[in-house]
Amino acid sequence: MANETVLMKGNEVIGEAAVRAGCRYFFGYPITPQNELPAYMAKRLPEVQGVFVQAESETAAINMVYGASGAGARVMTSSSSPGISLKQEGISYLAGAELPAVIVNMMRGGPGLGTIQPSQSDYFQATKGGGHGDYNMVVLAPASVQELADLTMDAFDIADKYRNPVMVLGDGVLGQMMEPVAFKERQSAEFVKDWATTGKQGRSKPNLINSLYLDPEKSAEHNEELHAKYMTMAKNEVRYEVKNLEDAEVVLVAYGMMARITSSVMNKAREKGMKVGLIRPISVWPFPDEAFEMALPQAKAFLTVEMSKGQMVEDVRLAVNGRAPVYFYGRTGGVIPSPQEVMEQLEAVYAKVQGGEA
Amino acid sequence: MKQIFAKPQSMTDKVSHYCPGCTHGIAHRLVGETIDELGIADRTIGVASVGCSVLAYEYFDVDFQQASHGRAPAVATGIKRVHPESIVFTYQGDGDLASIGTAEAIHAAMRGENITIIFINNAIYGMTGGQMAPTTLLGQQTTTTPEGRRFEEMGAPIRMAEMLATLDGAAYVARFSLHDIPNITKAKRAIKKSFQYQLEGKGFTIVELLSTCPTNWGMSPNESLEWVQTDMMKVYPLGEFKTPEEGEKK
Amino acid sequence: MTYEILIAGFGGQGVMSMGMLLTYAGMLEGKYVSWIPSYGPEQRGGTANCAVVISDEEIGSPVVTEPTIAVIMNLPSLDKFEPTVSSGGKIFVNSSLIAKDVSRSDLLITKVPANDIAGELGADRIANMVMLGAVLAETRVVSEESIIESLKAVLPPHRHNLIPLNRDALERGKALVLAKE
Repeated sequence: MANETVLMKGNEVIGEAAVRAGCRYFFGYPITPQNELPAYMAKRLPEVQGVFVQAESETAAINMVYGASGAGARVMTSSSSPGISLKQEGISYLAGAELPAVIVNMMRGGPGLGTIQPSQSDYFQATKGGGHGDYNMVVLAPASVQELADLTMDAFDIADKYRNPVMVLGDGVLGQMMEPVAFKERQSAEFVKDWATTGKQGRSKPNLINSLYLDPEKSAEHNEELHAKYMTMAKNEVRYEVKNLEDAEVVLVAYGMMARITSSVMNKAREKGMKVGLIRPISVWPFPDEAFEMALPQAKAFLTVEMSKGQMVEDVRLAVNGRAPVYFYGRTGGVIPSPQEVMEQLEAVYAKVQGGEA
Repeated sequence: MKQIFAKPQSMTDKVSHYCPGCTHGIAHRLVGETIDELGIADRTIGVASVGCSVLAYEYFDVDFQQASHGRAPAVATGIKRVHPESIVFTYQGDGDLASIGTAEAIHAAMRGENITIIFINNAIYGMTGGQMAPTTLLGQQTTTTPEGRRFEEMGAPIRMAEMLATLDGAAYVARFSLHDIPNITKAKRAIKKSFQYQLEGKGFTIVELLSTCPTNWGMSPNESLEWVQTDMMKVYPLGEFKTPEEGEKK
Repeated sequence: MTYEILIAGFGGQGVMSMGMLLTYAGMLEGKYVSWIPSYGPEQRGGTANCAVVISDEEIGSPVVTEPTIAVIMNLPSLDKFEPTVSSGGKIFVNSSLIAKDVSRSDLLITKVPANDIAGELGADRIANMVMLGAVLAETRVVSEESIIESLKAVLPPHRHNLIPLNRDALERGKALVLAKE
């Protein structure tokens, strides 16, 4: 099914995209709402001489990923919010040992056991570290099933390019929904992994996968090197979509599923003659500050909409840096804000802008 | 001059950080000798854990991965699944394997992962300064059991070898001791067997080694070796608990 | 044109597959489509529903909060979703299982005794296809041929013998609507 369009569930699309990107190892643990993905991999990977292991816990799964990645493989794991919390230790170690891997989080509501319904409340965890230590990883937030396919494939290349974990941050709805998808033919760059532990195989020096630096000077040096790498990632891996910024007086900001809903709202507002635009961060780390520079000469206010109590809005405020008011609307608990609700919020902000209040 | 003794080829020249009288060095050497004798240095991948042996990768001249606390068997699983033809071993202490990493150890055994675990049981947390381990004996004083381990509060020592031997996925499970030459010889034989079984693809193998910690036990090296025999071995009997040929020995 | 379709009933009534067939058929006709299930514990035995969007334009929100077409297979779903249907929208009610009338007067109401007709066809499980036949005839959201093509695509080859029965069920649903006109 080369470029053929097929109808597939989001979670299964991630699996197929991973296989097509050369991923041959998957380590996972059951949790709703991402169970279709491990099930797909359990069936699909043996067909391509790959390996699927259902681990005893998310903690074990991420450490299997560490071992497999350190051994030179393209490898992936997936989970949903509570399970991603358990993986944080491993993600920190992956970052510290500079190991590439793709981690999928199909977010559900929290805190605690929360709900199995969709959410965007792991934004802080995904973009501000999550695990311990000074590290960053590229976090990609798809908004459609097609983007799940494209960004999952990209995630593997980004991971290998920088020897760093990459997260695909979706939500429960995205994983469960079906949309047409065409898997793009792509040539992945060849990555030479001469650092991998394969057994010395004639090498004079053994390879070591490690994040321990007991000497403060060496530890500092390691952190400086990592930081320089993160700055390169921040420069090269910014992705976003903008709509109607040219004359937008109010700019909606949303990512993932919320951006779809917000986009519908923007279209309806435009039909009413309102000058409304949209910024959709696709990479939520690095955050697309430059999109806000495009909007700011015209924009009189921003309205951020999330399925959380306000997480990405902090990055929006940092990007806007006091140059315009930033408003927020969010719902939690698995409740998806309806277009009608968002429209009401937008109209209120718009009225303030028109009245010169904003 | 005739050379009658040498460092195993698969070990580095690095001077170890282990305390005087600690038996980690002996365990390292036995693993090194085994790798030499089986001629597998070029395809061996070790997994270091967290604890006193955290720096094990500095002492072996083979590829290594350093794992987070308790997760070495999961890391080893990832490596072995990618390179089934390689020889993968973990080197873990009792805090790492029998406390924080119990699940990983048991499930690697349950799956019959074709890896080898070298498990150092010295009845205490060494690197963090002498806290109670799950393997600490009843009555044994540690910084967290200042009056000695009491069953009523802290339960009784965990016998990992006996537990793991009950699992169908485990191929070879043994416990030996490093407190004197005859026992070291037996321990060596068990370590070599476990690697051989892995080479033959028999499945999960583990050798538990009773070891000393003079520093945190507050004993001299000689007293420590004595205590292994007089106290530890009463709680932790030596021998093979399971072999591929005979199954579980009850 | 954008159709926002909500299909609701209880688990086992073929609610999800009705939605999937519509989605697949829409894709075959070159339209933009999306399908979202309700998911969770209520999938097992309780009410099940899915939302389908079929559009000539790129789909913004795949979440349907004010459906333009509601397909209601059991009473709890009528109670839950009748108030959400967009004014002027079309509601299809499985009158075999729902005695209650639709109370709103701003909707186009089509009553389909789906289970009774399916019974006449000798297969109660085909009630969803009877209902779908009525929906197609009334809304023309996709063609019947596209639905048959979709069936061929989603059914494994050894189940293709069921296609004539499915076609009969679609026809009976369609006939009901045409007779009304």
